Amino acid sequence: MKPAPFKYIAASSLDHALSLKAENGDDARFLAGGQSLIPAMNFRLARPTVLIDINGLNDLAGIDRSGSEIRIGALTRYCDLERDGDFLKSCSLFADALPHIAHPQIRNRGTIGGNLSHADPASELPAIAVAMEAQMRIKSSTGERQVAASEFFTGLLSTDIQPDEMLVDIVFPSPKPRSGACFMEVARRRGDFALAGIAAMVTLDEMRRCSEVRLALCGVGETAVDASDAAAGLIGQPCTPEAIEVVTAGVRDAIAPSGNVHASPDYQRHIAGVLAMRAIGTAHQRAIHAA
Amino acid sequence: MQPDRHDIELEVNGTTYRRGVESRTLLSDFLRHELLLAGTHVGCEHGVCGACTILVDGAPVRSCLMLAVQANGHKLSTIEGLAADSGELHPIQKAMHDHHGLQCGYCTPGILMTMTAFLKENPAPSEHEVREALSGNLCRCTGYQNIVDAMMAAAQAMRAAP
Repeated sequence: MKPAPFKYIAASSLDHALSLKAENGDDARFLAGGQSLIPAMNFRLARPTVLIDINGLNDLAGIDRSGSEIRIGALTRYCDLERDGDFLKSCSLFADALPHIAHPQIRNRGTIGGNLSHADPASELPAIAVAMEAQMRIKSSTGERQVAASEFFTGLLSTDIQPDEMLVDIVFPSPKPRSGACFMEVARRRGDFALAGIAAMVTLDEMRRCSEVRLALCGVGETAVDASDAAAGLIGQPCTPEAIEVVTAGVRDAIAPSGNVHASPDYQRHIAGVLAMRAIGTAHQRAIHAA
Repeated sequence: MQPDRHDIELEVNGTTYRRGVESRTLLSDFLRHELLLAGTHVGCEHGVCGACTILVDGAPVRSCLMLAVQANGHKLSTIEGLAADSGELHPIQKAMHDHHGLQCGYCTPGILMTMTAFLKENPAPSEHEVREALSGNLCRCTGYQNIVDAMMAAAQAMRAAP
């Protein structure tokens, strides 16, 4: 028995969960997969007095690809995404990134919404959400709003979610024609936190010149870093190795990693550049293939 | 604060248990201290080592990252349920024995639970896939080679079995 005492309530509906949260505010936490919250509680870094278990709220789980957008419910677990071949085919950023996210046992429990709400800067999903320009749909007992991923992550382990709110799903546009994407990262061991990781998306015009490049990095700042501006020079140009080399230098300048026990800031910056080069190259190849 | 207690009913290795638990009791501690199923080992208690891996509704999970109260209504499998009632070892256990896949044995229950589920889903894995599947279970004795050998042999034995 490691966590400090708390009152456990299994929510019977989303409304029930949200009204409990409104009542208890910051003293209460939602329990989804628990793969970040329970360790924090075991260390007593987190000491919620009320734990609202939302695992029974099946409506919050699932992938909806029926419209022009892709919608992933907050309670969708990593393993659900891993087993959905059609989804992975349509979304190579997730296909590339999922095997890097912790280990199979964690992926059987961890949820997309829990990950994004936790906002770990070394985590893959916030970078993917920023690269894909996802919209986060947030609910409270009094209303609902949508926040762009770029504004959702406000700092280290911090988001725009207010004490009475819950992230209920994330929505992102279906891949455009002639587009390709790639996620890559470097970690000391499989499943460890990345020293640096990058999500790259390349869209080509009919002449196979870049019409849009999206770049977002994880593990190199207090939040996911949007480095798309570093690729501004690629727009309207063919995606040659020389052009990508210039972007690589721009990515290194766009980040300010703090270093950690495994890597100096310079080393992280170096890796970020190499990953940018490779990921843009692969995304470009995939875009050509998709055309 | 009065202890926050809940009545739960769950199935472990085919046996139904009804107990009252305090909400902050971890599932790993519940199995060991309440049900006296101490084969599930507890290592790091924050989800890194994998020693406490059990199956919840057939899927391997860290029992130190679940609350006992969350297991209400679910079916669990632990290492105690792996061998047949006759005492005959499960093919995975036998392969670990044959290939000297354990030394101190502390990580073994977690590895066996992880790999039973894995081999059920992927009966003919490559060595790379086996290593990938093992990545969430730390072993500090063996260097993994014998565990990998054991898993490849177990997969073959299970494929050959009728």
